[in-house]
Amino acid sequence: MLLKVENLQAEIDEKQILKGLNIEVKPGEVHAIMGPNGAGKSTLANVLSGRDDYEVTEGHVTFDGEDLLELDAEDRARKGLFLAFQYPVEIPGVSNKLFMQTALNAVREERGLPALDMFDFDEFAKAKIELLDMRADLLERSVNVGFSGGEKKRNDIFQMALLEPKLCILDETDSGLDIDALRVVANGVNALRSAERSFIVVTHYQRLLDYIKPDHVHVLYNGQIVKSGGFELVHELEENGYDEIIQQFENKNQ
Amino acid sequence: MANPAIITELQPQGIQESGQYQEIDDLLSKNQHYKEGFVTTTSVETFDKGINEEVVRAISAKKNEPEWMLDFRLKAFAHWKTLKEPHWAKAEYTPLDYQDYSYYSAPECGSCAGQCSTEGGTEDSIENEIDPEVAKAFAELGVPIAGDDANVAVDAIFDSISVSTTKREDLAELGIIFCSFSEAVQDYPEMVQKYIGTVVPYHDNYFAALNSAVASDGTFVYIPEGVHCPIDLSTYFRINEAKTGQFERTILIADKGSYVSYLEGCSAPVRDTYQLHAAVVEVIVHEDAEVKYSTVQNWYPGDDDCTGGILNFVTKRGLCEGKNSKLSWTQAETGSAITWKYPSCILKGDNAIGEFYSVALTNRRQQADTGTKMIHIGKNTRSTIISKGLSAGKSDNTYRGQVKILPSAEGARNFTQCDSMLIGDQCGAHTFPYIEVENPTAQIEHEATTSRIGEDQLFYCKQRGISEQDAISMIVNGFCKEVFSELPLEFAQEAEELLAISLEGSVG
Repeated sequence: MLLKVENLQAEIDEKQILKGLNIEVKPGEVHAIMGPNGAGKSTLANVLSGRDDYEVTEGHVTFDGEDLLELDAEDRARKGLFLAFQYPVEIPGVSNKLFMQTALNAVREERGLPALDMFDFDEFAKAKIELLDMRADLLERSVNVGFSGGEKKRNDIFQMALLEPKLCILDETDSGLDIDALRVVANGVNALRSAERSFIVVTHYQRLLDYIKPDHVHVLYNGQIVKSGGFELVHELEENGYDEIIQQFENKNQ
Repeated sequence: MANPAIITELQPQGIQESGQYQEIDDLLSKNQHYKEGFVTTTSVETFDKGINEEVVRAISAKKNEPEWMLDFRLKAFAHWKTLKEPHWAKAEYTPLDYQDYSYYSAPECGSCAGQCSTEGGTEDSIENEIDPEVAKAFAELGVPIAGDDANVAVDAIFDSISVSTTKREDLAELGIIFCSFSEAVQDYPEMVQKYIGTVVPYHDNYFAALNSAVASDGTFVYIPEGVHCPIDLSTYFRINEAKTGQFERTILIADKGSYVSYLEGCSAPVRDTYQLHAAVVEVIVHEDAEVKYSTVQNWYPGDDDCTGGILNFVTKRGLCEGKNSKLSWTQAETGSAITWKYPSCILKGDNAIGEFYSVALTNRRQQADTGTKMIHIGKNTRSTIISKGLSAGKSDNTYRGQVKILPSAEGARNFTQCDSMLIGDQCGAHTFPYIEVENPTAQIEHEATTSRIGEDQLFYCKQRGISEQDAISMIVNGFCKEVFSELPLEFAQEAEELLAISLEGSVG
């Protein structure tokens, strides 16, 4: 088991968002988490990646055999947990190259690998740019500065390719993307799929999932997983909306 | 490694109203590691505290100065007594008790009873004469006072006197004079007399007057006509004694068609009372000559509340006297409790160029009021000002700059860029540009930006595996890149490291 989340409860500003969430992810699996606005999708992504603003009040999370909640954000990243941001952040004056070389070498240090110098990094990065079919000037630009929405998301996928994480969490990466950008992101994810690498794709819409084809689909509502299934659940949701599933869940709990 | 403990401890607090920047503030406030903060114990001769005409005469006598130098001091002292301590800078401090400082302090060396500072000699003999404790202090600071293989010539100043000047003989072969100010007064009196007070007159301002009266030591540099100084010249200032003021006078003259790169470094031990540093630097650049003047200032900033730090009240000014002369000031200011400093260029010769590149970092309760003055007199004179202010903790960082175009300055141009970065939410950044244009052909550009290192940026970096400290220093260095690229290579590296240390929480 790569990731095991048990009875996870978390709050922000003393407001409880996650109310006992359970999920298990095996190596190589792709899980989609869907749900209406306010269900707690982004909170789950942020709590797993270690954002400070959230307080975990209950539950356990094991990642690759370790207690994830005991680790700092940077240690989680170094151990192979990657978050593609809903809103990737701009860092003026810092080139993507320096940023990613620093990040990659931090991750490599954790894995007991030697640091890559500028030349080795260049070669490594160019191979990834080709793999993902991205623009060659990506490395020279300041991190996300002056990037369009689509370029920022693509840059996140590029970073994911460089860091070669074990678990990739995509936090509504598809929001605000046109169909071409969406395809590039989806192709990137598909190119990075492997028997060891797992994904949690958090999304509101089915569009991205049509390209990615997850193994498991979960519906998140009011801080809990209320239904899980295979890829067919995506289309069920598309046809009937969330209401029916939520209604079933509410009835069951009464 | 980062500070995992701090981050986890803070996690449960979430974002409280004032807590958003708590983590950064905590990290920054832990910066108590000022590695240059050690004290050297050696036998010293220190004058009793206080200042009066007798003290001025005694300093002059101690240095065996000629009559004209004493007159200069006495005139300055008489004028100083008529002045009031200025408080117009955006920095708050209680008026200083000038009677509570000592105005002369020098390590005594057994062999020559303190005379070595005025006697020169070969490198070897100088080395032998240095108090071993003082030599140890400079070794610890990484200042190569033995002059061995370092690719730089160093004048090392310890409290009131210059203890060693390296590579003088090599330089002398090229006709370059590089010695302490006291020696210059003895050995090249006509030259000192010709230039002292010509760029910064003794009546220029309060601290310049004080400096002129009690000037302790400093560096004297003369680059003869047509000589390109092959190595960097540098001065390292060290304040050691408590309650001692340091008042160096530095004079640098670049004769026609010459070039020199001059560097300055500073540090002081950790003390619990303010120490005063009021230096004057005069630079004269003749026709077709170029001077690059770089400073990395790391004076002790004081404790968490910045009590006990250095008060750095410095007057630096250069006169671009001849045609096509060029003067470049580059500074990285990270220390001092209060900085009050405006390295300036008077662009008198036609086509003269003045440049000012500055990074000023303030943390805790440090206060910096710094900038430049560009006075355009000659035709087609050009000036560039790039200022990067970084404020963290509860500090205040002010850019104050003047660009003045006189009626004679036909076709003058200035470009000014002032960028401020806030780290945390309790610091301040201020910009006061003064622009006076009296010639309609002048072109003036002024750009200013303010940005902030946010929690979002830090989390983004951490989520990629980058530690918080690396993230801050990466963001900050990205911000300062344009200025650091102007510093000589080794200095640039030192400046980057200094920034990292000044912003770090857990070194050592």
